Amino acid sequence: MIPDYIKTKFEAIVGPENVDVSPVGRLVYSYDATPNFQSMPDAVVAPRNTKDVSEIVTVCLEGKIPIVPRGSGTNLAAGTVPSEGGIVLLFKHMNQILEIDEENLTVTVQPGVITLDMINAVEKRGLFYPPDPSSMKISTIGGNINENSGGLRGLKYGVTRDYVMALEAVLPNGDIIRTGGKLAKDVAGYDLTRLLTGSEGTLAVITEATMKLIPMPETKQTMLALYQSMDAAAKSVSEIIAAKIIPATLEFLDRPTLKAVEDFAKIGLPTDVEAVLLIEQDGTPENVARDMQKMASICTREQAISVQIAATEAEALALTTARRAALSALARLKPTTILEDATVPRSEIANMVKAINEIAAKHNVTIATFGHAGDGNLHPTCPTDARDHDEMERVEAAFADIFEKAIELGGTITGEHGVGMMKAPYLEWKMGPEGIAIMKAIKQSFDPENIMNPGKIFAKETRKRLVISQ
Amino acid sequence: MTTMTAREKAIQESFSLRMDEAELLNCMQCGFCLPSCPTYLETGFDESQSPRGRIALMKAVHDGLIAPDDDVERSLNLCLGCRACEPVCPAGVKYGYLLEEARDIFNNHNEHSAPVKAVRKTVFEGLFPHQNRMEHAVTLLGIYQRSGLQNATRKLGFMKLFPESMQAMERILPAVPKKSEMKNRSSSFTALTEKTATVAFFSGCLMDTMFLNTNNATIKLLQKAGCDIVIPEGQNCCGALHGHSGEKDGAKELAKRNIDAFEKSDADYIITNAGGCGAFLIDYDHLLKDDPDYAERAKAFTAKIKDITQILFELDFHERVKLKIESQTITYQDSCHLRNVMNTHIAPRVLMNAIEGADFREMENADSCCGSAGIYNIVESDMSMQILDHKMEKAKATNAHTIVTANPGCLLQMKLGIEREGLSNKVRAVHIVDLLLEAAEHH
Repeated sequence: MIPDYIKTKFEAIVGPENVDVSPVGRLVYSYDATPNFQSMPDAVVAPRNTKDVSEIVTVCLEGKIPIVPRGSGTNLAAGTVPSEGGIVLLFKHMNQILEIDEENLTVTVQPGVITLDMINAVEKRGLFYPPDPSSMKISTIGGNINENSGGLRGLKYGVTRDYVMALEAVLPNGDIIRTGGKLAKDVAGYDLTRLLTGSEGTLAVITEATMKLIPMPETKQTMLALYQSMDAAAKSVSEIIAAKIIPATLEFLDRPTLKAVEDFAKIGLPTDVEAVLLIEQDGTPENVARDMQKMASICTREQAISVQIAATEAEALALTTARRAALSALARLKPTTILEDATVPRSEIANMVKAINEIAAKHNVTIATFGHAGDGNLHPTCPTDARDHDEMERVEAAFADIFEKAIELGGTITGEHGVGMMKAPYLEWKMGPEGIAIMKAIKQSFDPENIMNPGKIFAKETRKRLVISQ
Repeated sequence: MTTMTAREKAIQESFSLRMDEAELLNCMQCGFCLPSCPTYLETGFDESQSPRGRIALMKAVHDGLIAPDDDVERSLNLCLGCRACEPVCPAGVKYGYLLEEARDIFNNHNEHSAPVKAVRKTVFEGLFPHQNRMEHAVTLLGIYQRSGLQNATRKLGFMKLFPESMQAMERILPAVPKKSEMKNRSSSFTALTEKTATVAFFSGCLMDTMFLNTNNATIKLLQKAGCDIVIPEGQNCCGALHGHSGEKDGAKELAKRNIDAFEKSDADYIITNAGGCGAFLIDYDHLLKDDPDYAERAKAFTAKIKDITQILFELDFHERVKLKIESQTITYQDSCHLRNVMNTHIAPRVLMNAIEGADFREMENADSCCGSAGIYNIVESDMSMQILDHKMEKAKATNAHTIVTANPGCLLQMKLGIEREGLSNKVRAVHIVDLLLEAAEHH
């Protein structure tokens, strides 16, 4: 528990109505969307502005109290679970869109703005913010920046990082810094904007962000290609990229995922095929028509049993919305749903999909796979039951093998979900001890007292690496 | 873990014993429900007032992680039970069942104050389970309205002694039928056109008294749609009010009596005209799943439940009967339970769009609760009125002359909203059945 005098200080800063130490108030911020991670904070504090944040951080530094900044808690790597207690910093009051600058094509927001609200606001002005994590209807921009979230459009348009132009942040000593600007070019010193993006709240508290916008594409088309073999679908992905087409979206769903999604969405997705590709292209009408036609013939050539273009915008939206629900829909199958986001160079997609299936068989676990095939970012998902300890051990072993394989293929342990606590034991596999050492040095220079989201990214112990025997 | 009082300990034990652990675990905490939850939005994004938060609280109590203290009960009580979180839940969590069970546990351990106890006993045991007493009660209300007593009361300012929402409620209650009208209705009707189906009509408790005219209109519409109609004797209140208020045993008794009554009718469908009742009836199979005598019969019963708008839509009523009203703008407020539990939201819109003269304009957030929610607008008046005021902003933005609803609670709430906004002389609220009959009989 935090001492009373600290609580009094928080109350003096934000008002008593914005400090909650009740069991209920703390419990509902003890989790995020990651299964099997839960830990109660000592208090929940909701600042109203940057000055509040700075003063709260100063109090926390004095009392060596951990700070966990939290948006909507949709994170999938236990990055917002207050594993070491301390305070959860809520941004429910700091949720305003401050400016849409149509001359510089930027939007400036407070961190608590819901991603989709921002997207809708800029689209009303004919502007486009491409990063679209599946949770965008719930997630906040602050959360997206801290996790460097991806999404369905990452292949063509990149991820959150590629759109952060400037940040205001509170450092662990209470200092307020401003990085970057509405500038296409800016090489003044280290790129702190990029360093803070994806830092998972371990370096500073982001209090304002200016994001890059681009003109809205004129038109968009959506297509569904069905396959009786996973391999054929994966091959189509490689062929499309090799034909020098970069679609806006190139998503892949396997049979178990399709079935779960259709159970939820009831939009008539096929459940009797082994895999589907959900493909979107946007741009000028001529380019879209040309690319869609080319991709359709590639899919057909690669043994797609059917290729259909969505007839209406509503139909297309239903397809992408259904895809966004894939992870949660898989949760219908079993009580616990463990998801990973191992990522490989896109040329290795077919190999990775094949390896995942072999690993699942080897460990006798079920793994459904869907994901962003076009950018090599897969979501192998395991429906299981946390109460079955034997199976949970096999699940963990299977995912260790998947990480190992991804790295072997030139990939990474996490493409877009972040390290958090869940993947911390594997980070060294990807970075090596030297990589971890320099990251720790950066952390140390920002946050010598380790109050900023402690217990994330850096593991107490790295998981022992096993050699895959296959 | 804090130390628990004896009552908290007992509640905690009941949670461990009774709450469905698999269903609690089924929530994978993705948060897809958050934007659909009226109380989450109205409280400025308070997780403890969201479905994900409430399930986490139930699970924490079940696991013994926190005590079932007043704040836990508060969170459960402030839930509208609108179930908007269910259709948007990709994992398919049955939130409504979890909520009902949790409330029932709390209620079983509650020491209500003497007046609250008396009111609950009157309502849940004395009044709603007995249709004849419902008729008496409504008759008294009728005498009050017709005798001049209502005028006198209003002049004296007697109602000023009550909370503001109750005062407004007194003004918006419909002019109720006389006792003779309630008593003298036939129990079967024949189709007015070529026969399309045989239906049994669930006439409801409040619907068959205070809203008798709407029930009569429902029968006429069914006749025009080619239905033979029976109104089975021995049916009673659906039990929703009990179920939602933690009186599960009472609800089960009423459910069994209804199943008994309707089994004999052998109709193709059982028709309801109140979303709140229909949704409770359609969940009888869950309510009675552990009852060896009724589990299977409940399944047969629930398979036949259909809302009036759905059956009219399926029988092409809107294409076979000319529908016309005087030129006006209309909008629709979904009944949460009709939409979220019975999955009926297209049919009412198709029917309204078929009415000549009606300019149907979709209201923003029509699918979000109006704050009526059974007796919520009386027991949680502040939150209910906050929700209603936001709802009325959206309703006003449509410039509608007529706000259409499909459930008596929603209807009264919309009338209350109109009254509060001072729009009584410009805007009306009607049950969709009454609007459809008006349109079908327009010459």
